[in-house]
Amino acid sequence: MTLLDVENLWVKFPSRHGVFDAVRGVSFTLGKERLGIVGESGSGKSLTGRSILRLIRPPGIMTADHILLEGDDLMTKTERDMRAVRGQRISMVMQDPKFSLNPVMTIGAQIMEAYMLHNAVNKKAAYAKAIEMLEAVSIRVPERVMRSYPHEMSGGMGQRIMIAMMLIPNPQILIADEPTSALDVSVQRQVLDIMDTLVKDRGMGLIFISHDLNLVADFCDRVLIMYAGRIVEVCDADKLREAKHPYTRGLLNSLPRLDEPRARLEVLQRDPAWSEAPSVSGRI
Amino acid sequence: MSMLSVENLNVWFGHGRDRVDAVKDATFAVARGESFGLVGESGSGKSTILRAITGLAPDWSGNITVDGKEIGKHREKTFFKTVQMVFQDPYASLHPRHSVDQVLGETLYLHGFTDIDTRVVNLLDDVGLGAKFRFRYPHQLSGGQRQRVAIARALAPAPEVLLLDEPTSALDVSVQAEILNLLADLRTEHGLTYVMVSHDLSVVGHMCDRLAVMKDGEIVEIMDVATLRNMQATHPYSQHLLQASL
Repeated sequence: MTLLDVENLWVKFPSRHGVFDAVRGVSFTLGKERLGIVGESGSGKSLTGRSILRLIRPPGIMTADHILLEGDDLMTKTERDMRAVRGQRISMVMQDPKFSLNPVMTIGAQIMEAYMLHNAVNKKAAYAKAIEMLEAVSIRVPERVMRSYPHEMSGGMGQRIMIAMMLIPNPQILIADEPTSALDVSVQRQVLDIMDTLVKDRGMGLIFISHDLNLVADFCDRVLIMYAGRIVEVCDADKLREAKHPYTRGLLNSLPRLDEPRARLEVLQRDPAWSEAPSVSGRI
Repeated sequence: MSMLSVENLNVWFGHGRDRVDAVKDATFAVARGESFGLVGESGSGKSTILRAITGLAPDWSGNITVDGKEIGKHREKTFFKTVQMVFQDPYASLHPRHSVDQVLGETLYLHGFTDIDTRVVNLLDDVGLGAKFRFRYPHQLSGGQRQRVAIARALAPAPEVLLLDEPTSALDVSVQAEILNLLADLRTEHGLTYVMVSHDLSVVGHMCDRLAVMKDGEIVEIMDVATLRNMQATHPYSQHLLQASL
């Protein structure tokens, strides 16, 4: 079943030197699956994630033939209607918890605010729900965390709090934009496992944006590889290592590996033809 | 004889009941020309060790010896000619209003060089940027190019030891490969000694000969890379790290 259907998405930024196309005609669908989007910085992967929520700020311009959320076209919605979509039906976890949590509000107040905004409940019920969510993301002393401020949290805890906050309205789709790149390897797994169980239990669709190929190969079901604003390759995550596109191969080969020591790492040789080639469709 | 040796190093921040012991009793030695890695999760004190060596962490005790000379609270000018550091975030470690020429020129001037003009060009060639980057500002450079400038700045006084604090963790994998290759080349060219901090075991495995695993401010294990590759780490925490990074 298709949750999300994006057709011919473009994101443009007018500049003094003409219009810069950051995302160029991307199409893909998302079912109840974990879809990975990988690419280097500047490949347009984050902008793709943001445009699904129509979060491209002016002067940026986004266009798309349609973005269907269960048949409901987001492109025709007013800004007011979009607010009912953001958070409620599609949530987003950003890269760095330090910049996404309000530094002058306690964690508890922020989570409760998120919940009360979308549900007509009193404070007591919201508090209970917030505690429950914090427990769901394996935070050990939720009462203490509720009273704390974001700067008192470690990166891993901050990111788990963000996930708790994003999942509270029970959205259909979760967009995670590099949710673990600010975290340590050991904490990374923990956060991913939590996200994985929550997504599975609730039957949500997950868009996982990352630059880490190994992580995506392990964690996702399907992967879109983006280069210069276009999708250059689509493959199943477990077959990522057999990817054919020279760009994907180059990225894979440039990683140092513990099991295969090499004197020199391969450096990616970019071919201008890659960015000229038409976008591959990410539809099933 | 070892180029750099650290014995019973303790580093702490704050005092009284706010005191945090960031590094506890760390001891290791790095031979001349060797590349030594420090790995561990954030907060394990690996960067703090580098900061203590360069004098950026004021409160420390223990012995730090560089090239046979013991380091006191006050560091001599010769110390900075021997030891230089490259920082993690190339976006934060360059002055936004200084051009590459100013950054390198000032460093060279402070170290008492007189042939600054030719040295700036040589440094830029060394790090694979070339003279055309000389009058650019940091915002005109990509992340990888900035890190190259940061490396050039560290190389300016012709040091013997480079302390690398996560030099590639802010960069893309494709750019990371370029920088790691550059660092490997520079090491052979200039006979440098590296101490490299990273949370990425595969990067350390690629760059270093030996490594120390840190947890909660303590070095729990020192091993060579062959041991790491064969997954023969003895300490449970190192094994856990190895599992997580495969």
